[in-house]
Amino acid sequence: MIVVELIKMIRRPRTWLIIGMLVALPTLVAILLAVTDLGPRPGTGPPFLSAVLSDGTLFPLAALGVVLPLLLPIAVAVLGGDAIAGESETGTLRYLLVRPVGRTHLLLAKLLTVVAFVLLAVLVVAAVSYAEGRLLLGKAPATGTVSLSGSTLTQQDLTWRTALALGYVIICMLGVAAVALFFSTLSGSAIGAALGTIGVLIASTVLLGLDAAEALHPFLLTRYWLAFVDLFRDPILWRDVVRGLVVQLGYLTVFTLAAWANFGTKDIDD
Amino acid sequence: MNTAAENGHVIQTRALTKRYGELRAVDGVNLEVRAGDVYGFLGANGSGKTTTVRMLLGLVLPTSGEAKVLGQPMPTARRQVLPQVGSLVESPAAYPHLSGSSNLALLDATGSDRSPRSERRAKIRDALDQVGLDPADRRPVRTYSQGMRQRLGLAAALMRRPTLLILDEPSNGLDPQGIQEIRRLLLQLNAEGTTIFLSSHLLAEVEHMCTHVGVLRDGRLILQERLDALLRPTGLVAVRTPDIDRCSELLGAVVDSVGDDRLLVRADDPADLNAYLVGEGVRVDEIGPYRRSLEEIVLEAETRA
Repeated sequence: MIVVELIKMIRRPRTWLIIGMLVALPTLVAILLAVTDLGPRPGTGPPFLSAVLSDGTLFPLAALGVVLPLLLPIAVAVLGGDAIAGESETGTLRYLLVRPVGRTHLLLAKLLTVVAFVLLAVLVVAAVSYAEGRLLLGKAPATGTVSLSGSTLTQQDLTWRTALALGYVIICMLGVAAVALFFSTLSGSAIGAALGTIGVLIASTVLLGLDAAEALHPFLLTRYWLAFVDLFRDPILWRDVVRGLVVQLGYLTVFTLAAWANFGTKDIDD
Repeated sequence: MNTAAENGHVIQTRALTKRYGELRAVDGVNLEVRAGDVYGFLGANGSGKTTTVRMLLGLVLPTSGEAKVLGQPMPTARRQVLPQVGSLVESPAAYPHLSGSSNLALLDATGSDRSPRSERRAKIRDALDQVGLDPADRRPVRTYSQGMRQRLGLAAALMRRPTLLILDEPSNGLDPQGIQEIRRLLLQLNAEGTTIFLSSHLLAEVEHMCTHVGVLRDGRLILQERLDALLRPTGLVAVRTPDIDRCSELLGAVVDSVGDDRLLVRADDPADLNAYLVGEGVRVDEIGPYRRSLEEIVLEAETRA
């Protein structure tokens, strides 16, 4: 079942269109930086973007910083929202269920497929932006990359920290995927489910900017997304990364269970 | 399967009911479909046919009552039951960007009873052949006509050679020739032992194919009977004549009912009756044994209900 869902995702032109968009934005950024040589001032703009002019090996991280706040979660919302509601719209849901495919089984396969998409998207973005960084932007200093704390990271250090950061970004999308899947079982419309999820993301972002909502901040879906930056401090600042993991796992558990509870007993009468 | 074989029931529901709020979409339905039947499930649009079909397939959960398919309770036993059931629910559906055979391959691969790769291709080819689609056609389903989509839906239902076919409006979107082809195919499958439960709003379709008829109206099963029993001779003779008054006067007590230009008469032999009427100088346009059409029977049942 999961294999079939993966094949369906890979063979869908839309998957590649979305990945293309995810790659296009950092590419545009890389070209603009290379042409103008104008980085944001240190401490402003997306993380790492000011550093990449002098050190192109950091560009994969800068690229993730560029797509993470908006583009990637929207892509996940669209795919996750489509998971059940999309099958319902084409009418194929009922034929899957009478095949028979167990409802829980289908839900898990859909969730795993969205995760696989995130993995694929993040890897493609990282690979392409790595190449762009090497070709278009500054060469790494011979002494090694300078960490955010000012110390020097060896090439090896940088590699595993980057891998860790990629993993963290993927986990950050789990919460979004679960919320989208839940809305997807709720709504008969894939667009409706995606919009609902994007609504949650926007609400989370708005509340993050609001001091009056400070008590809620640690529980917000988007709160710790950019904590992967902390992996490049020396020593690594684990606090927010760990909190981020806990929040994502919390969202994943709650919304997957809600999706399961709703879908398990739902009348399929599309 | 064993229990189904014991009492011969392939589908059996008891007081099957589905309520949506106040609306009783399906209301205390007791269906009985036996092995080898071609069961025509009739009813106007919105009478609850599709909801009943969906309950049989475990897509919609009944509010109360029970449904057994192949002798096992649905939806509890769907994992055992559904692999032996082929179905077309409301309308066919396929992924529009993939070809017909890719769609069938994906559908086959999703089940735990998927066929080995080598067999899958042959199965798909056979199923597409059966319904009159070209297995070599690589065009995406997006480009299919409605008739082709319907055929693809049927191919999907037939692919696993089910013992029971549950088909909701199988001739939707087909041209008259297509309807004939599919009807022939279904009757052939039935002759080979497949039980067919066919829901339709087309009386003619049911009259042509079915051995049994069930009629649903406003969620209630108002008629369930063997078709040949319903259509058996009535012992009445229909007489069409312009001299309707004189004729009914002549025949007196044996007249069953009088219409605008037609009398129904209790008589054993139309030829004798004809000779008598003509001898009395009554002009007869048409005379013959009276059989009720399915349409009349259904209308009568609906008026009673």
